Amino acid sequence: MEFNAITLAFIVFSLVTLGGGIGVVTCINLFRGTIWLMVSLFGMAGLFILLSAPFLAAVQVLVYIGAIAILFTFAVMLTRSITHLPVRFTRLWANAFAAGAFFVLLVAGVIYPVWVVNDAVHFPVSDVTRTTADLGVALVSGNGFVLPFEVASLLLTAAMIGAIVIARDVDDEL
Amino acid sequence: MIPLWMYLVVAAALFCIGMFGVLARRNGVGVLMSVELMLSAVNLNIVAFWRYSTPENTTGMVFAAFLFVVAAAEAAVGLAIIISVYRNRHSVIPEEADTLKG
Repeated sequence: MEFNAITLAFIVFSLVTLGGGIGVVTCINLFRGTIWLMVSLFGMAGLFILLSAPFLAAVQVLVYIGAIAILFTFAVMLTRSITHLPVRFTRLWANAFAAGAFFVLLVAGVIYPVWVVNDAVHFPVSDVTRTTADLGVALVSGNGFVLPFEVASLLLTAAMIGAIVIARDVDDEL
Repeated sequence: MIPLWMYLVVAAALFCIGMFGVLARRNGVGVLMSVELMLSAVNLNIVAFWRYSTPENTTGMVFAAFLFVVAAAEAAVGLAIIISVYRNRHSVIPEEADTLKG
């Protein structure tokens, strides 16, 4: 693997993604945690661009950073969870050991023997990829994914109504 | 090009960071944020496998797009539950929401 701009971008975006993730799970002030979450998701959008999926990168920025991270910011402020928690972690070392052991298991047990030693899909089979226009056609064409698309919109509607019903103040008159 | 296994290692590392957050954070909102990290890692895996093995299909991209939908629904309902629990019990610690415990 030669060192070029793509390699550099991959390293930078990976470090941004993983560093943001570590910030999310370790910071004391959860408001900063939401900022770290945005950083991590932004790095993930960069990785999507490297994987030639620009539409998914745009959706990542719009939906995750623009909507979900803001939702988390609201939740942090509404629950006053910044000031009310003196203890950050439960069973810190046991859980850190479990997560580290799981990572070692994944890398040494699955990724290394299947995808590093055996180079069946080491590199892309072709440089011709489907574009955003193909994705749009596939989502609404009759022999494509129109039924899952409709089910997904139904799921979003149900989730929105459910969220409103669950979080509504019970003192309100119906 | 970057070999596929590098993307897999990054995704596995992010998944394990999120798993640590889910297991260890005291704050319910922090737990949900860690769940988002895990979903994001899975999404990276899906897109990487799509790009490296079947880029001539749209299936991988469609799958990743549906994962966005599921993540948005999960975040909305999960945060609504946490706000409801906070309103009733004045706590965001998941262990303290134990009304149904025998």
